[in-house]
Amino acid sequence: MKKKLVVIGNGMAPGRALEKLFEIAPDTYEVTIFNAEPRVNYDRIMLSPVLSGEKSFDEIVIHGDGWYVKHNVTLYKGATVTAIDRDAKTITSARGITVPYDKLIIATGSLPIIIPVPGHTLAGVLSYRDLDDVQAMLLASKSRGNAVVIGGGLLGLEAAVGLKEQGMDVTVLHLMPTLMERQLDTTAGLLLQKAIEARGIRVITKANTKAILGEKRVEAVLLEDGTRLQADMVVMAVGIKPNAGIAKTAGIDVARGIKVDAGMRTSDANVFAIGECAEVNGQTYGLVAPLYEMANILAQQLAGDASAQFKPSALATKLKVTGLNLFSAGDFSDGKDREEIVLRDAARGIYKRLVLQDNKLIGAVFYGDTADGAWFFDLIKRGADIASLRETLIFGPNYAGGAPLDPTAAVAALPDEAEICGCNGVCKSTIIGKIGTLGLTTLDDVRAHTKASASCGSCTGLVEQLLKVTLGDSYNPAAVLPMCACTTLGHDDVRRLIVAKSLKTIPEMMQALEWKTSCGCAKCRPALNYYMIATWPGDYVDDGQSRFINERVHANIQKDGTYSVVPRMWGGMTTSKELRAIADVVDKFKIPSVKVTGGQRVDMLGVKKEDLPAVWADLNKAGMISGAAYAKGLRTVKTCVGTDWCRFGTQDSTGLGIKLEKFLWGSWTPAKVKMAVSGCPRNCSEATCKDVGVICVDSGYDIHFAGAAGLDIHGTDVLGHVETEAEAIEAIAALVQLYREQGRYLERIYKWAKRVGHDTVRKAIMDDHERRRALYDRFVISQKFAQIDPWAERVQGKDAHEFGMLADLTKEAAE
Amino acid sequence: MKKSTAIQWVNVGRLSDIPIRGARVVKTARGCIAIFRTSEDHAFALDDRCPHKAGQLSQGIVHGTSVTCPLHNWVISLESGMAQGADHGQVRTHPLKIENGKLLLDVTALTTRSAAA
Ligand code: SRM
Ligand SMILES: Cc1cc2nc3c(=O)[nH]c(=O)nc-3n(C[C@H](O)[C@H](O)[C@H](O)COP(=O)(O)OP(=O)(O)OC[C@H]3O[C@@H](n4cnc5c(N)ncnc54)[C@H](O)[C@@H]3O)c2cc1C
Ligand code: SF4
Ligand code: FES
Repeated sequence: MKKKLVVIGNGMAPGRALEKLFEIAPDTYEVTIFNAEPRVNYDRIMLSPVLSGEKSFDEIVIHGDGWYVKHNVTLYKGATVTAIDRDAKTITSARGITVPYDKLIIATGSLPIIIPVPGHTLAGVLSYRDLDDVQAMLLASKSRGNAVVIGGGLLGLEAAVGLKEQGMDVTVLHLMPTLMERQLDTTAGLLLQKAIEARGIRVITKANTKAILGEKRVEAVLLEDGTRLQADMVVMAVGIKPNAGIAKTAGIDVARGIKVDAGMRTSDANVFAIGECAEVNGQTYGLVAPLYEMANILAQQLAGDASAQFKPSALATKLKVTGLNLFSAGDFSDGKDREEIVLRDAARGIYKRLVLQDNKLIGAVFYGDTADGAWFFDLIKRGADIASLRETLIFGPNYAGGAPLDPTAAVAALPDEAEICGCNGVCKSTIIGKIGTLGLTTLDDVRAHTKASASCGSCTGLVEQLLKVTLGDSYNPAAVLPMCACTTLGHDDVRRLIVAKSLKTIPEMMQALEWKTSCGCAKCRPALNYYMIATWPGDYVDDGQSRFINERVHANIQKDGTYSVVPRMWGGMTTSKELRAIADVVDKFKIPSVKVTGGQRVDMLGVKKEDLPAVWADLNKAGMISGAAYAKGLRTVKTCVGTDWCRFGTQDSTGLGIKLEKFLWGSWTPAKVKMAVSGCPRNCSEATCKDVGVICVDSGYDIHFAGAAGLDIHGTDVLGHVETEAEAIEAIAALVQLYREQGRYLERIYKWAKRVGHDTVRKAIMDDHERRRALYDRFVISQKFAQIDPWAERVQGKDAHEFGMLADLTKEAAE
Repeated sequence: MKKSTAIQWVNVGRLSDIPIRGARVVKTARGCIAIFRTSEDHAFALDDRCPHKAGQLSQGIVHGTSVTCPLHNWVISLESGMAQGADHGQVRTHPLKIENGKLLLDVTALTTRSAAA
């Protein structure tokens, strides 16, 4: 007589197990299946195409009714098993059917996790697990209303895209900073977000759902930060938990899932578990590949092969959204002894990252081109030694050796109308056109005929690359010094491309410009952070982690790890009230040293880091703000006493110094900027060795620039003469803005001026009034976002993590 | 019962308490330990003392699995504690693991030494 095999659940795992069993041991078992869902076995992972309308349910059925007849399987549809009696060896369903078994398979899959926020039981709150959910979504989507999908993982995104296809307005809420963070690294996650947004789906990351609102049905979703989103439907796709309830009630060992050995046997020798409900070696699974592997092992065990053992192998994920190519496999986090190979082909929208350990490929993330995913996945699973392939590995199986990556690719991919030379407004097609029609072959030719790179010269690298793209190998551009080892591009090229390609975040820029490392280095990150701030005032969110410590905590680190604090003293003027506040702070916080600086202000040295916010709070109360003595930005404006007191003074030098400092403070610049205003040519404030200096004379103001008195010593050059204070301020702000736009990170004004030519700068500021005004206007706009006292912000609690330790184990370790 | 040779994992906070590509400090009787968090959410624990002139590595810039010292820009590997490039020196590393978002630091070395002291 055949043995009785009963299966609880008719999902993908047991479906596969039975197929295999009927193949290797036909006629051994008489099979009965109970399925809570009222239908046959279908391909659950293809529910998304059903939701989006690309497929019908019939197309995703795995075993039609005929299959059950053919194999003599009794299938109870819509029958939930409610009890297992292990002593009697029977199971009982909700409708009271009791069936005996010799061997039992539990394959109850998972339950979707529902976050128990207020309102989670309202009508219109759905999960995404089975065909019933899809039908409910399709019905609700007829309203063409608003859908909010909670969860930006694989399921959530597939649901979002499907609902969008059905004509709904969709918002995805994701708790983490990037989408699908468990499968993708940050870069791929951000690329994915852009692609999802490009489909008209709103994505809100770091979104914490506080409540679902509504009377009877859902009406809105409320976020922790107060945002309220209209919603006619809410789909919760925040994760799954193994459905192990009946096993547990029956006294079978359950941890997270139903515990099984490598032969799929539970703590009861006659009971097996496979699929998402099973836990092997402390691990549960949520992807089909390992579940099918479990199915194979189970079939062999049931067929009498006790040696069949489940061995977990690497997992791969693909997002099944048409037109979105994403693939991740294995372990792609960085860590001990790991190396990475990154390929970015911005022109084709491709990002590939391989993670290697001991000459083996252990993980891979691909975005854009996933064609070779299977090949790489195979290398991971086999643990193949890739030492001999290493050089060309990232190019995939078809790579036949040959040319390395072309550094001109980024330029070649620019659209025709992209502006190459900002000074002279020359676009790409003009340059390429002239190279062709006039037969130009050198940089000087191009400068002469198009004016491109003939002014400040910061686009020289790009023009040379255009020559290279157009003329091929017959042109050899002068070597550009790369910013750092992470790129082949120089500072100027990077700056120009940030504008031309409208790159607004560092990760986006690293992708578009094919950075060779995943998150840059201590050389390029601070530079990029500055370029972003200078290019996109108001839009760009400052990245503190890309700043040196002084700019991150707005104080100067000292050799013993304490800090110095220098408040602003506008134009070197102070008051008894300010000095008293400084004295009080010094006493209160026992600050060891107080020094008058070379920049006409007071430096408090030796402040403990954790005291900084409190020190600032007290200084703020007395009206003082950060003197930015640490900043690549405006430092001091030194003044002399001028007409206020001095018998030789010709203008109000102190007043102008204060006005300049009040107007320019807070701005970020490529390197520090120091200024001075002297009341007469005796020059007591040493204005002629500053980045910008003003010498007051009877007829007005002589403006000087590009002096140096640090590592180098140079007297200033004259920028020009103006008659009024207002004009002086406009010219100086315009000069600073030009420097902000053209200077390379860490390049002081004197070096920048030498590179682009003092005359070029002079003409731009003093002769071209329209240009001066435009520069001035741009400076004013950027100041709107820059003039926020960083100390006051931190007194309010910003970046609090900087000022407190993580833990104190001094007691612990003393035990 | 504590045996001085057994590993002692101590919870020193959550990974999320540290900014991505940042670091924070755990104070111990044997000096400060810097806990770093990389962009890929790995965490490492190293003595907070640069082998060059004792700069606080916790205040540096974190990139890949390295940190650049805030005082004179030595680059230190978070994995091995070794100075990179032309510089020579090594910082002591401490075993650290992440469990359910919690940072567990192995303090065996600290207690053992304090017991011996
Ligand atoms: C405090 C002060 C010395 C003093 O006790 O007077 C000072 C102190 C430092 N200077 Fe200076 N400089 C100070 C005036 C100057 C001056 C004179 C001036 O500003 O009138 C110069 C020459 C002018 C110039 O900048 O060219 C000056 C040229 C430098 C340089 C060389 C810059 C260059 O490109 O040539 C550096 C190094 C750097 O910036 O990379 C530097 C760097 C430093 C640093 C920030 C070193 C560092 O990175 O830690 C020192 C910080 C100490 C601290 O924590 O406060 N300091 N330093 C002065 C602060 C002025 C202020 O109120 O903000
Ligand atoms: C929308 C969607 C997309 C997915 N995409 C992918 C993908 O791209 N790649 C991938 O690898 N995986 C994907 N998955 C996951 C994959 O579908 C599951 O891992 C797989 O289906 C699990 O198989 P299973 O047999 O363990 O459980 P299931 O297929 O979930 O089957 C369990 C069955 O048991 C029934 N049941 C539960 N309790 C009882 C009971 N007490 N009595 C009777 N019957 C019961 C349930 O009704 C259900 O039909 C996706 C899942 C979903 C929902
Ligand atoms: S001169 Fe040198 S030592 Fe003195 S404050 Fe400036 S940087 Fe420091
Ligand atoms: S102390 Fe770290 S580099 Fe000098």
